[in-house]
Amino acid sequence: MVASAHASPSTAPISITLRVWRQAGPNQPGKFVEYPAKDLNPNMSFLEMLDVVNDELERKGEDPIAFAHDCREGICGTCSLVINGKPHGPHRGVASCQTYMRSFADGDVIVVEPFRAKPFPVIKDLISDRGAFDQIQQAGGFITARAGSAPDANAIPVPKDNADLAMDAAQCIGCGACVAACKNASAMLFVAAKVSHLGLLPQGQAERDQRVLAMVSKMDELGFGNCTNQYECSAACPKLISHDFIARMNRDYIGATFRQAFRPKSLSTAGGA
Amino acid sequence: MASLDSKIPSGPLADKWRKHKTEIKLVNPANKRKYHVVVVGAGLAGASSAASLADLGYQVTCIVFHDSPRRAHSIAAQGGINAAKNYQNDGDSVHRLFYDTLKGGDYRAREANVHRLAEVSVNIIDQCAALGVPFAREYGGLLANRSFGGAQVSRTFYARGQTGQQLLLGAYSSLSRCVGQGTVKLVTEHEMSDLVVVEGQAKGIITRDLKTGKLHRWSADAVILATGGYGNVFNLSTYARGSNATAAWRAYKRGACFANPCFTQIHPTCIPVSGDYQSKLTLMSESLRNDGRIWVPKKKEDCKKDPNSIPEADRDYFLERIYPSFGNLAPRDVSSRAAKRMCDEGRGVGETGLGVYLDYSDAIQRYGKQAAARANLQNPSAEKIRELGEAAVAERYGNLFDIYKEITDESAYKTPMRIYPAVHYTMGGLWVDYNLMSNIPGLFVLGEANFSDHGANRLGASALMQGLADGFFVIPYTIGDYLATQKPGSRPSADRPEFAAAEKNVADMIAKLLAIKGKEPVNYYHKKLGKIMWDYCGMSRTEEGLIKAIGLIQNLRAEFWAGVNVPGSAETLNQALERALRLADFIELGELMCRDALERRESCGGHFREEFQWPDGECKRDDENFAHVAAWEYQGEDKVPLRNIEPLNYEFTKMSVRSYK
Ligand SMILES: Cc1cc2nc3c(=O)[nH]c(=O)nc-3n(C[C@H](O)[C@H](O)[C@H](O)COP(=O)(O)OP(=O)(O)OC[C@H]3O[C@@H](n4cnc5c(N)ncnc54)[C@H](O)[C@@H]3O)c2cc1C
Ligand code: SF4
Ligand code: FES
Repeated sequence: MVASAHASPSTAPISITLRVWRQAGPNQPGKFVEYPAKDLNPNMSFLEMLDVVNDELERKGEDPIAFAHDCREGICGTCSLVINGKPHGPHRGVASCQTYMRSFADGDVIVVEPFRAKPFPVIKDLISDRGAFDQIQQAGGFITARAGSAPDANAIPVPKDNADLAMDAAQCIGCGACVAACKNASAMLFVAAKVSHLGLLPQGQAERDQRVLAMVSKMDELGFGNCTNQYECSAACPKLISHDFIARMNRDYIGATFRQAFRPKSLSTAGGA
Repeated sequence: MASLDSKIPSGPLADKWRKHKTEIKLVNPANKRKYHVVVVGAGLAGASSAASLADLGYQVTCIVFHDSPRRAHSIAAQGGINAAKNYQNDGDSVHRLFYDTLKGGDYRAREANVHRLAEVSVNIIDQCAALGVPFAREYGGLLANRSFGGAQVSRTFYARGQTGQQLLLGAYSSLSRCVGQGTVKLVTEHEMSDLVVVEGQAKGIITRDLKTGKLHRWSADAVILATGGYGNVFNLSTYARGSNATAAWRAYKRGACFANPCFTQIHPTCIPVSGDYQSKLTLMSESLRNDGRIWVPKKKEDCKKDPNSIPEADRDYFLERIYPSFGNLAPRDVSSRAAKRMCDEGRGVGETGLGVYLDYSDAIQRYGKQAAARANLQNPSAEKIRELGEAAVAERYGNLFDIYKEITDESAYKTPMRIYPAVHYTMGGLWVDYNLMSNIPGLFVLGEANFSDHGANRLGASALMQGLADGFFVIPYTIGDYLATQKPGSRPSADRPEFAAAEKNVADMIAKLLAIKGKEPVNYYHKKLGKIMWDYCGMSRTEEGLIKAIGLIQNLRAEFWAGVNVPGSAETLNQALERALRLADFIELGELMCRDALERRESCGGHFREEFQWPDGECKRDDENFAHVAAWEYQGEDKVPLRNIEPLNYEFTKMSVRSYK
């Protein structure tokens, strides 16, 4: 053997104790319940460990631990666990599903909870309702372009730097960790990511003001808190979306508010004959 | 016997779609409002169709099992989307994209459908750019392209390694706009559990509210299924865990034909299986084959050695060797089988011996030198070149290298990736005609859920293209042709007995599953099913193996219905019940896949029957006897389904031997 990079990762099994939030349904009292998980392969993902625990519960006819998941590769934004107090677990820049048991030591007690925030009520066990995010998108997170009406894609060049920055923002997976991490339950990072993604592109200019105003107003209406610049959000974000986008959105918002107040408006919105 | 009229318009290939659009029946704007269309699914196909139909003025309800439409499995697509834009000036054209796709599918798709797909591909890119999809760009601000398998031109558009995510978010934003404006009613966390057929036409569905367990009836003038593929029959696959076949399977049991169920795609570049706890396999995008080189050691005894220590002369770049003109970009089915052959010969790598290397060291060198030249560095050191090269590779594929690192704990910048084929896509699906309507009038099927465009093998970057083509540019025209025959306001009431019967069917199945209270969890049976399917209906298949598999699956089905333990009740969020319901359908579908594979006595595309191969191990197609679509029709519980045939009449292309050498 030459390079150490090639050495296979350790596969010595570990055993841990899970302390899991169990809650039968919305508005019901919940509590922590302990489950042992023995002889785990450290290369197992955290969710696979939960599968193993659940298989055991089901075998005994007990209700398995409900948790949200789908793609299991960090892109769909479904998984949403608070592991040892941290949304998406101990590592930066990954989602819960990309957390592996090798991050834990034999004998550890691991506390698992759902994402908690006032606008994200718990549905069952580790699952909370993040439908509020969809409502914010519906308020303005789009560019109006009906199918069939678009010009040739290369008719509007986009400077590469802008396209790259837009893509940085667009990578948001809508998981809600930013909200769960924030003591104010602010959704600023999520909203800023969408506002910046669309606002950085020439295609997004026509509705730019309207978009930021509508999304921010919806966010407030749904009970998300204010941003007090703690930046817990970007630290918990699995896509490491930068809080610079929040500053960017604030500028957009102020500008839009100003323009909205002084912009001349056409009196006629009717179509011709 | 089902009637399978493909309704392909007459006339020259390149004029069919244009002509069809001008001849198709239209619904006037005032009447559109009176029709209610239920769209099941909000992946690329579902979200784009729901938004387009709402923009046309139809009443649309969009139903998904996910908690948000943005979670649809389309989100996970990595590599890119094809379009015949010819922005690279490298000789691409609609005809070439058509031909590559048809040949890629090993001449088992319809000419007319594939041509239409290639035609509208150019509109898709325009539409997505307009929606704000942040496609990769060149320094001049114009769109960038990369190459994908099965093509000799660069026609794949991409957004880093997250093309599906960005396209889905584009379609989702259109859908969200419609929901916000009140033109689409969005229903999340509802799983379609049955199709309601009234007087021979699809007129509604039954859903189960996953949060409360309550069953709902939805009456409609037309139903669209855009519910994705069924690769999770294999348990381990690159699909999201929630992807399921239930909507399609229940439609099948109501009379919709299931076409070519055995056509599944095994993708060559996935992270190999590492243990029996594993719940999913992770794809390493095909785009990696643009720059990565695939090899195994020439000598068996080198297989366990550090790959960096194996000299160049002892490496077998087998794709470049066997398929010199396509090299590492040979199509998926071809590349997967080649990798399997290497491992079967005992030259596989990694702990299990089921793996081959995907090596980036040449690309790192090449990009490093280019970057050094661009930066005007004189005599850059080897380390500097490496550093610049790694940065360039990171820019293109960084997120994939990160995923690889997270899963395997290895850096693919320093040591080659280990990859192995895994189930990735299903070309088969519900049978549809040229209008994307199934043999049940009023039931339309879009995206991966239908069978129509990819034949026996799908080329990379063409599923995203098909999903958006179907939803943005085909269904808005073709649904009118059906709705125009329906009297506005004639939609049946959900109180009709057909709705009650369908609802009871679902309730009975749920009650039965909950009553078993057996010994094993759902996963136990899913793993067993997956193993049977992979062993006998996977990368290579034989008559003997398939007959055996059918027996094993029938036994497994009996074991499942006697031995599964589904705790909890029907009236709450119950994930074990959700899994059990889906698995019950997977088991039945698995049997049908084996039957289809057994009856198709030829090899084509992803369907490789060991009995039918050329001496070099390539697929031996039988155009004389199998140039057709096999559309299976349900005949009732425990009855052998009927195999209907739709002949594939090639008017314009010659079915030739598919060669990538
Ligand atoms: C890892 C990976 C990478 C890929 N990369 C590429 C690529 O680079 N290029 C490419 O072209 N293709 C790629 N593909 C293939 C492509 O992503 C899919 O074929 C395509 O996105 C499918 O889209 P769809 O709209 O048909 O279905 P999906 O996106 O699967 O959506 C299905 C929808 O149906 C809903 N649904 C399903 N069943 C029910 C039910 N019973 N009740 C209610 N709702 C239901 C779901 O909620 C979801 O909204 C990739 C696939 C995988 C697995
Ligand atoms: S900004 Fe980050 S943490 Fe917040 S929803 Fe998006 S991906 Fe999740
Ligand atoms: S399960 Fe999809 S991001 Fe974790």
